Amino acid sequence: MSTPSALAGDLASLGAVPVAVRGSSFYLYPIAATVVLFVIWEVATRYGNVSPLILPAPSAILAVVIDKFPVLMRMSAVTTYEFVAGFLLAAAMGLPLGALIVYSRPIEMTFYPLLVAFQTIPKAAIAPVLIVWLGTGIMSKILIAFAISVFPIVVDTIIGLRSSQPETIYLARAMGATPFQVFRHVRFPNALPAIFGGLKVACTLAVIGAIVGEFVSSDTGLGYLLLVANGELDTRLVFACVLVLTVLGLMFFFAIEALERVFVRWHVSARQAEAAASGG
Amino acid sequence: MRAQGAAKVESTVARAEPFVRIAGITKVFASRDRGALKAVDDVSLDIQPGEFVSIVGPSGCGKSTLMMMVSGLVPASSGEIVIDTKKVSQPYSDLGIVFQRDALLEWRTVLDNVLFQVDIRRQKHEDYHARAVDLLERAGLVGFEKYYPWELSGGMRQRVAICRALLGNPALLLMDEPFGALDAMTREQMNLDLQRIWLQNRKTVLFITHSISEAVFLSDRIIVMSPRPGRVIADITIDLPRPRRLSMRESGGFGKYVAAIRETFQSFGLLKED
Repeated sequence: MSTPSALAGDLASLGAVPVAVRGSSFYLYPIAATVVLFVIWEVATRYGNVSPLILPAPSAILAVVIDKFPVLMRMSAVTTYEFVAGFLLAAAMGLPLGALIVYSRPIEMTFYPLLVAFQTIPKAAIAPVLIVWLGTGIMSKILIAFAISVFPIVVDTIIGLRSSQPETIYLARAMGATPFQVFRHVRFPNALPAIFGGLKVACTLAVIGAIVGEFVSSDTGLGYLLLVANGELDTRLVFACVLVLTVLGLMFFFAIEALERVFVRWHVSARQAEAAASGG
Repeated sequence: MRAQGAAKVESTVARAEPFVRIAGITKVFASRDRGALKAVDDVSLDIQPGEFVSIVGPSGCGKSTLMMMVSGLVPASSGEIVIDTKKVSQPYSDLGIVFQRDALLEWRTVLDNVLFQVDIRRQKHEDYHARAVDLLERAGLVGFEKYYPWELSGGMRQRVAICRALLGNPALLLMDEPFGALDAMTREQMNLDLQRIWLQNRKTVLFITHSISEAVFLSDRIIVMSPRPGRVIADITIDLPRPRRLSMRESGGFGKYVAAIRETFQSFGLLKED
């Protein structure tokens, strides 16, 4: 059981630990942790007398992923399309709605309570209704992904737009800025870190939404394949689906984070410098 | 005390056309549960072109509110403010503002922060680039043009904010406790730097502070305000030679002004020593 600390020691001797904010340690640590997790899992299933029906070994799951690669990719394409479209719809609706709520008291009073009420409804509970309304095709999954991921985007947009230092707004107005210029040059850029926080939460929720939709009713997608595999007690394929889904979700999340690094570099760098300073 | 202050104001009116004229300004904030709150009470004040005027007063005396009204960002409840013969009814464009918090835009580099108003006024960066670089150079920030605010110290950030306020070469500079958040040593350096910059172009400055010695060090004239609701309780002309040096603060002349202002506060029940 000394594997993790021994590994960390090795990394330290490789020079991965020191202050470098975004050096090799940025990738090495999570990769090492994942590898360790899979090794423990492999050992436990192989020598722990665990039935492959309950928990198959990672090597067995990987074998299925390779074996069923074409069908897994076909299903992935469908599911990816659903959650990306649902997420983009949520961003396209959530950002303007958040801005309208901040700028208009009547709109806030009209929509905000409705929005919160809508959020408290478990989306899995209304998913069947959406299927009835929109059919079993892709559209109903996109809408469930949208419904589940729009809320954090709206809330974080509101928080971000309201978090400007009053002095920065006074300053712009003293320079003769129009309300739109105050939005464009002060409030919106200042809101971007919060907005990206919302987008990152939303992108993981959109994946859940797409799968929930596929569970309720569908004839394609990773959620559908997962249900079929489960029905056939093909636990290895179930886990293969979960693994592929995890990789897709991670890729989506890191794509948003890459965008964040492009658009809010000032904030990401400051955050990382702070972390390095307090960590070192 | 009050009558004395009023008499002084009248004499300055006779001297020349004031650059800023604050006439009978009152500000009342409506509050739902505690009734109306009077922040500023019938303040009249004339500021001559090129004069460095400080307002000192206890916290909450309405001095910041007064500054916001001069800038046109907050409307007065009654009275009027005239800057350069134009009545202030909306933000007056030819002024620079510095707040206690530097209010730098974190997503802009130092240079782009200084050039902020160029974007707001839809002008070209190239037309102001040389001036911005020159201001940063005079503020001791050479080489920091491409840095982001989070990479600078508090004193450096406030220097950037001052450069930003000076970019358009404004006729009037409003400073609301600009050095209040800085440590004592940095603050002294900033006082020296501000005096140097001011001596170079002699713009009209309205400076707000709660530090009596800072006010005496920097000002041509000091307006002392009472606790809320803020009224003018003394108007003192500081007759000390410039450029002033830090060591001057230990001189008798300097001390007399500081003592006079402190006694004014004490006569209003502030700065109790027992």
